[in-house]
Amino acid sequence: MVDLIKRTKELLETSEVKVVIGYEQGSGNKTRALFVEKPEDADKLIFDSRCVQNLAAYVTKKEIKEKGKMAITATLPVMRSIIQLASEFQVNDSNLLVLGITPESKMIEFKNLVEVEAFVHQFQIEIDDRNKEMLDRLEKMTKAERWKFWIDELTPCFKCYACRAACPMCYCSRCTVDVNQPQWIPVSSDELGNLEWHIMRAIHLTGRCIDCDACYNACPLAIPINLLTKKMLVDAKEHFGGYQPSLKGDHLMSTYKPDDKENFIQ
Amino acid sequence: MAEFEPKIVAFVCNWCTYAGADLTGTSRIKYASNVRIIRFPCTGRIDYMLLLKAFDEGADGIIVSGCHPNDCHYTSGNFHARRRWIMFRSLCDFTGIDTDRIKFSWVSAAEGAKWADIVNATVASIRELGPYTDYKKIAKYPEKEVTHG
Repeated sequence: MVDLIKRTKELLETSEVKVVIGYEQGSGNKTRALFVEKPEDADKLIFDSRCVQNLAAYVTKKEIKEKGKMAITATLPVMRSIIQLASEFQVNDSNLLVLGITPESKMIEFKNLVEVEAFVHQFQIEIDDRNKEMLDRLEKMTKAERWKFWIDELTPCFKCYACRAACPMCYCSRCTVDVNQPQWIPVSSDELGNLEWHIMRAIHLTGRCIDCDACYNACPLAIPINLLTKKMLVDAKEHFGGYQPSLKGDHLMSTYKPDDKENFIQ
Repeated sequence: MAEFEPKIVAFVCNWCTYAGADLTGTSRIKYASNVRIIRFPCTGRIDYMLLLKAFDEGADGIIVSGCHPNDCHYTSGNFHARRRWIMFRSLCDFTGIDTDRIKFSWVSAAEGAKWADIVNATVASIRELGPYTDYKKIAKYPEKEVTHG
């Protein structure tokens, strides 16, 4: 990633941006987020197939925003997240520069978010075969089997909220799960509290999730919670023709069509 | 053992279904008394979490009802609600929650008879399904103190 390191140095030397968000070598074989504020630190930047963390989760953080304009190393899912965040007025051209990384691992610098959007729209959001198979398997089960599957999967969850922390779309200053007047979600991490928390999470991400799997990758127990949001993605396609994050901001769940079709309302 | 009496919670909008249910009463149409009606300003206000809370508190069935499409007092509340119901119902089904226990309907202020039919049909189908033991089990019902109903 010679290009990326060189450009990071330039951007910081000219003070065009105050911080560049990228990846560095972490402990073991893991990578972790790096916040480069001094040109000499740019040499720590790396990029390879292990860099799957969605860095867009940091652009809404107060501590990062305070530093001034930022640049972000953005793979395709990160770019999608950024467009979604821009459509929700969380980032804009004056506070964010996108250093894109194409699926071929080439660096591509975008002048503005309109260019990022155009790039992102070349690719459809596709669920991979392994997860498609899993969704199929679940849909073929009876209701009772699905209930058992999810109770078994979700019961070990101890509500560490790593999934929420890893998700770029979970930027609310007060999450519904933390609200206690009224107590929407039971606090304890028992079957009920866990089930309702994960249903709530999936519903709040409906029409916004861009299927980056950051939640699943962050889960210390590898609970397949991304299947819930994937299911919502499939349904959005089936019922409403699907969605792409877009600067126009016509979000799936904040718009409607008078002729939306359903078959269950009497 | 006494016959199972289903507990049904109905979430209805103020302008159509609530008025419709009122008409059922003023028309002296008799219908099942298992339903507890909760009035909302609009179907657009009926948060999906409220439906889960109803099951938490021991409901065996739920009715969600409001104005017919194009009849919303606030123009578009029911259109937004419909989109949400489509996605929420599907997610519930995917997690194994029994969606046969959640009935959605449009009942206008003039459809007093339809309201009676909806309630009667729901009570009959829930009576057949029996108590919602799966959800009650995880909600630790009935050990939890329930002071109403």
